[in-house]
This record gives sequence, C-alpha cells and structure tokens, in this order.
Amino acid sequence: MQQTRAVEIGTGLFVFLGIVALFFLTTRVTNFDSYEGDEGYTLTARFDNIGSLKLRSPVSMSGVKVGRVSSIIFDDEMLEAVVELRIDARYSKIPNDSDASILTQGILGGQYVGLEPGGSEEFFADQDEIQFTQSALVLEKLVSKYLFSQGDKED
Amino acid sequence: MKRVFQDIWYSVQDFLQTFGSSQLFLVRILAGVPAAFLRPGLIIKQIHGSGVLSLAIIGISGFFVGMVLSLQAYNSLARFGATESLGVLAALALTRELGPVVTALLFAGRAGTALASEIGLMRATDQLSGMEMMAVDPVRRVVVPRFIGGVIAMPLLAAIFSAMGLFGAWLEGVMLLGVDEGAFWQQMRSQVDVYDDVLAGILKSFVFGIAASLLAVFEGYNSIPTAEGVSRATTRTVVLTALAVLVLNFMLTAALIGEV
Repeated sequence: MQQTRAVEIGTGLFVFLGIVALFFLTTRVTNFDSYEGDEGYTLTARFDNIGSLKLRSPVSMSGVKVGRVSSIIFDDEMLEAVVELRIDARYSKIPNDSDASILTQGILGGQYVGLEPGGSEEFFADQDEIQFTQSALVLEKLVSKYLFSQGDKED
Repeated sequence: MKRVFQDIWYSVQDFLQTFGSSQLFLVRILAGVPAAFLRPGLIIKQIHGSGVLSLAIIGISGFFVGMVLSLQAYNSLARFGATESLGVLAALALTRELGPVVTALLFAGRAGTALASEIGLMRATDQLSGMEMMAVDPVRRVVVPRFIGGVIAMPLLAAIFSAMGLFGAWLEGVMLLGVDEGAFWQQMRSQVDVYDDVLAGILKSFVFGIAASLLAVFEGYNSIPTAEGVSRATTRTVVLTALAVLVLNFMLTAALIGEV
C-alpha cells in the first residue's frame, strides 16, 4: 500500500510538472496574454498595394500595438486590396479622420499597419472605413522612380 | 539476380505485413481504451513507469540541448550583431522541433524498451497465455494501460523538455554570454505563436506518443517467446520508433506549417 501511494504521488507530481511546463510555454514564451478576445471593433481600409502584409500583422499607433490584421481580400471590382483591422476595445477613441499606412519594422522586419491620428472630434465606430490610406512602398517602384527622375534632370 | 529480387520482394511483404498488423493491433487497443479508464490505478502505474521514471533523462537532456543551442547560435548571430534574437531562435527550435522529436527518441530508448521487454518476457514466460486461460484479455489487461500511459506521458515530457531547454538557453545566453535579458524574452514573446508553434509542437508529441507506445507494445506482444526473440523485439522497438518518429515529424511539419 505504501508503494502504491508513492507511485501515485510521483505521478501526480509529474502531471503537475508537465502542466506547469505547458503553462510556462504558453504564457511566458508566447504573446498569448496579449491576444484580444472578441472584445473590439473592426475597421476596413483599402490599399492599392499591401506589400507583404500578412494576417495577424500588428496594427500600431505611435508604436503601441492597438490591434491586428484580421482579413485581407482583393476587391475585384475596385481592383484594390481590402484589409480588415481588428482594434482592441480599449482603444475606442481613434479620431475618424486618422490615416493608415503600411510600414516596415526594422530592415528585415515584417510589415505592419501604422495609424496616424487625425484631428477630428469624432471617433471610429465598428465597420467604419479608413478614408486616408497609404500603400506599402515597393522597392522596385522606388528605384524606377529615382532612375526616371535622374533621367529627367539630364534632359 | 532473381534471388535478390525475391529477397527484396519478401522483405517488402514482411514490412507490409508488420505495418498492417500493427494497425490492426492499434484498432484492438483503441477498442479497449474506454474500459481501461474504469481502472485508473493501472494507468497511473504506467504513467509512473513511462513518465516519472523518464523525468531525469528528459530534464537533463533538455537542459543541455538548450545550453548548446544557445552557445552555437550565439556565435553565428554575433556576426550580424543580432544576439538578441537568441531567445526567439531557441524557443522556436525547442517548441517546434527539438522538444517533440528528441523527447520521442529518448522515450523510445528509456520507456519503449522497458515496455517491449516487459511484455515480451510475459509472452516468453507464458503469462499472457495464462491470462487467456483465465478468460482475461491480455490486450485489455496488459497492453492498453501501457499504451495509454505512454500517450499521456509523451506530451507532458515534451513540454518539460522544452521548458528545461529554454531554461538552459537562458542560463547560457543571458547569464554566461551576456545577452540582454529584456530583449531575450521580449523578442521571444513577440515572435512565438501559441497555436503555430507551441500547440503544434504539443500535437506532434501527442502523435509521436501514439506511434512510440504502439510500436513498443506491438513488438513486445508479438515477440518470439525466447530470450533472443525478446532482445530482438527490444532492438526493433528502438529502430522502428526512431524511423517512425522522424518520418512522421517531416509529414506533420509539412502539414502544419504548409501555409505559413
């Protein structure tokens, strides 16, 4: 009987340890606790070009993450990319003339949507569309623009 | 020449037969799983055997794997001045690949062999036939609790391996090599995903748990009832588990991260 008890205590301890390790992996190692639940609202923005923006890319304002990209689709009537942004419910006072642009984190970093606050007194509500958007910068286009501008100078 | 082809053909047939009968054995085990939970004592004893007794080797291996990962990666990352990414690299490598795979290989060596030789010896000493004589189904009484114990123990062991590995990586990277502690954890948290990385790793180790436990009990149950047969079953357990785990690992990884 004593032996069974030891076995059971050992097993309990082992399962407990395993669960602690799992808990550590999900909460300390990942950004699990910053996952917003259903609390929040959705904004849409239309871009000519989204570069390499991906699902779940961050949406940030003044460098603070306020939400994430929840869907990216191509509108084949307007021939534009439609990006849905899920904004955390905590940030409900974003002026409704704010503009969205697609920016790059660091030199090799991924792309994210940056919101630049406007001066309006009214705030965005659920399902609103962001009117002012700026597309991602595509390196090839920048280079060709530069080359053409150099060509113009020589004329 | 004809002989060679014949030999190859026979070994292909042999392989297919083993593969098929192990799948049928799995069905037999799964049929006995619900009833096994009526006697949790048997399962607890097997979790103890496969899990608790493997803790030391899993923990220590994980710790040193994390340390060496940190040490190796530091030297490469230092060339690009990107040593802050050490945490991300260690966390991704451990949770996605090293944790599940190395744990499964160690499990095969530590617990799989024990299961196979134990059941093989029961077979060799006619204990299994004895049970059949008493109308006790040896698959339900002996095999199923061992299988369940292994399947439960494996994901927990993999999680412990990854956690110990991160502890080792942190100790080596932050304490000894002087990587900034804030950057180490912060970059890790911003780039490791709960679903794609951590839970995918746990899912993998769950599948490996099924494969490793199944092969161990299957080889033991079907071993030739002699001393040599039991030793051969034990060897085959380790070889087949290692192969199965590595092949399954590739297939699961391709399926899980295919879209990313």
